[in-house]
Amino acid sequence: MAYVAPSPRFLPWLTRKPRPKVFAEGAKRVQFSSPVLPYLFLAPQLAVIFIFFYWPSVQAVSSSFYIEDPFGFGSTFVGMSNYTDVLTSAQYRGIALFTVVFTALVTLFSLSIGLLLGVKADAVIRGSSAYKTMLISVYAIAAPVAALIGMMFFDQHIGPFVEVASWFGWDMRVGLSYSDTAFAMIVVAVWKQVPYNFIFFLSGLQSVPVSVREAAAIDCKSGFRRFWTVTLPLLAPTAFFLLIINVTYSLFDTFGIIDVMVKDKAANNPITLVYKVYEDGFRGNDLGSSSAQSVILMIVVFVLTIFQFRFVERRIHYT
Amino acid sequence: MASLDINQVSKIYAGGNKAVNSVDITIQDGEFIVLVGPSGCGKSTLLRMVAGLEEISEGEVKIGGRTVNTIEPAERDIAMVFQNYALYPHMTVRQNLEYGLKNRNTPRADIDARVAEAARMLEIDQYLDRKPRALSGGQRQRVAMGRAIVRQPAAFLFDEPLSNLDAKLRVSMRGEIKRLQRRLGTTSIYVTHDQLEAMTLADRLVVLNGGRIEQIGAPLEVYHQPASTFVASFIGSPAMNLVQGELHGNRLAVGPSLLTLGGHAPTSGEVTVGLRAEDLRVASSDEEGLQFRLDYVEELGSQRLVHGHVGDQALTASMALDVALADEMKLAIDPRRLHFFARDTGKRIHAPGTAPASQPSVMEVA
Repeated sequence: MAYVAPSPRFLPWLTRKPRPKVFAEGAKRVQFSSPVLPYLFLAPQLAVIFIFFYWPSVQAVSSSFYIEDPFGFGSTFVGMSNYTDVLTSAQYRGIALFTVVFTALVTLFSLSIGLLLGVKADAVIRGSSAYKTMLISVYAIAAPVAALIGMMFFDQHIGPFVEVASWFGWDMRVGLSYSDTAFAMIVVAVWKQVPYNFIFFLSGLQSVPVSVREAAAIDCKSGFRRFWTVTLPLLAPTAFFLLIINVTYSLFDTFGIIDVMVKDKAANNPITLVYKVYEDGFRGNDLGSSSAQSVILMIVVFVLTIFQFRFVERRIHYT
Repeated sequence: MASLDINQVSKIYAGGNKAVNSVDITIQDGEFIVLVGPSGCGKSTLLRMVAGLEEISEGEVKIGGRTVNTIEPAERDIAMVFQNYALYPHMTVRQNLEYGLKNRNTPRADIDARVAEAARMLEIDQYLDRKPRALSGGQRQRVAMGRAIVRQPAAFLFDEPLSNLDAKLRVSMRGEIKRLQRRLGTTSIYVTHDQLEAMTLADRLVVLNGGRIEQIGAPLEVYHQPASTFVASFIGSPAMNLVQGELHGNRLAVGPSLLTLGGHAPTSGEVTVGLRAEDLRVASSDEEGLQFRLDYVEELGSQRLVHGHVGDQALTASMALDVALADEMKLAIDPRRLHFFARDTGKRIHAPGTAPASQPSVMEVA
């Protein structure tokens, strides 16, 4: 199994919004005539989760302990050696390091640009719907298409970004130079994710009560300070949600972008861990190692999600 | 603490719609002014223009002699109490109170002293470290008032602060606001749609209708000498009875009934006559009065409201519990207690020699 489920949904008990202390006034208790009925209603969703998330995960774990014949004739149990091979490989550690840098930069930039655009669009009064539609529409582009468009931006011959870079004496060679490819990858990945963050930040901003903002306007004359002390803390639940989504996006959903950028290119291009899982499993036909890598990724995401809920969410105030 | 001048202020929305129309109010230092009117009369808009949350289309607002039209809300030296409290949900009560002071670089010792003083005054000391969501509606409202008090502003602006509270709490908070304002002596503007709240709180009432001032005056003055049929029907509960009548010499005809005025008729011809429910009483057999047909009775405990008709016009009278009621009654009223309004403009017609003595505080709007 190559592609680990990107959604934190495979940890359902973690993603539930932990706010049972305050009971919403609107909460209703529904009585079912038969105790089986609610489970029947849940069954389709449970089936989907089981078939597409749990079962593949179990498959991945089991095949990570085997070396598989490239042609599928048989497999040999090798214990932990797939794991030790991967973890001791310098190449794997290099890719892991790039993944960390890539994830951090993509998350940071797509969140901050999304927030900036959200704040600005929220302040626009005239023609705001036109701005919003234009900013959101980018999100409708599929990842590979976005990557393709991004590639054209960075094309050696016709790419406008390459042209602009050359004005500053930067001879950009995307697909050949490691750092240039990394740069292009980050730019396209951020570009693709900004609209998503924008939508959420905008709706988050609009749910901050007007009177609270007005009270702040009377209490504090600096708009910048008001933003930091009142608006941003009230946006924290949205920002926290987006943080998790963006980290998962950077780790997994950028696959399409990376694929378009590095496929059929020189071998020294930067890739992320999830692309390495794919390369080893489907290009290299080394299913055992690929499975081991995806299990490692699963554990990383698991730990990361626990960390986020334990340490980041504690500082968040849910209204 | 300061005086407040509202000079020919208008709010014009896109499309030329005037929400507030050339309003003039001069507020003395320390005065408690209540803006009252039905929803959509522009009272909140006017308050928000004073606060700086709404742009002033025309005219001028002065706080303590300083024109504030283009000054930011935070620099107008005002504090506002909102209807839904508008507390910062992510801050504790203490942080809520401190926020405005911190942003003004008030010294720490000063902040602590003011917060402690306000918390003691409002009896919220024990909640200082709680978040607003852990407080009841009444407690939140106190915190909102505390946030205004600690600022020690030139003026308090209240935007229907009690509307979200239940009836009982509203009455006690009403008393508390009055007491606090007396004690602090801070100039205040208070917006409400509740005429009872307006009557009990105000030093002076400003009755607004359709963006214009109908009447400005002390509560009792507005109650006893309403400047128009609008004010007459808005202030007082039950509302003043307004019936169509005709004046001939010193006689007033209402439907089939005739009343002799004893020389008090201010005009002649068709008028609208205002009668307060509590001014009506059952006439003795030899007295003239209004032929009243009883429809139904509302028991209020201390008294009863008697609803019925004179001719085909509805009339409500307030009666003591021991008054015997009949289906057909004759109701009498002291002629000096009658109010006359012009049929066309709805404006009050003053009886000769009974024009209000305190003319300056009653302003007719141009």
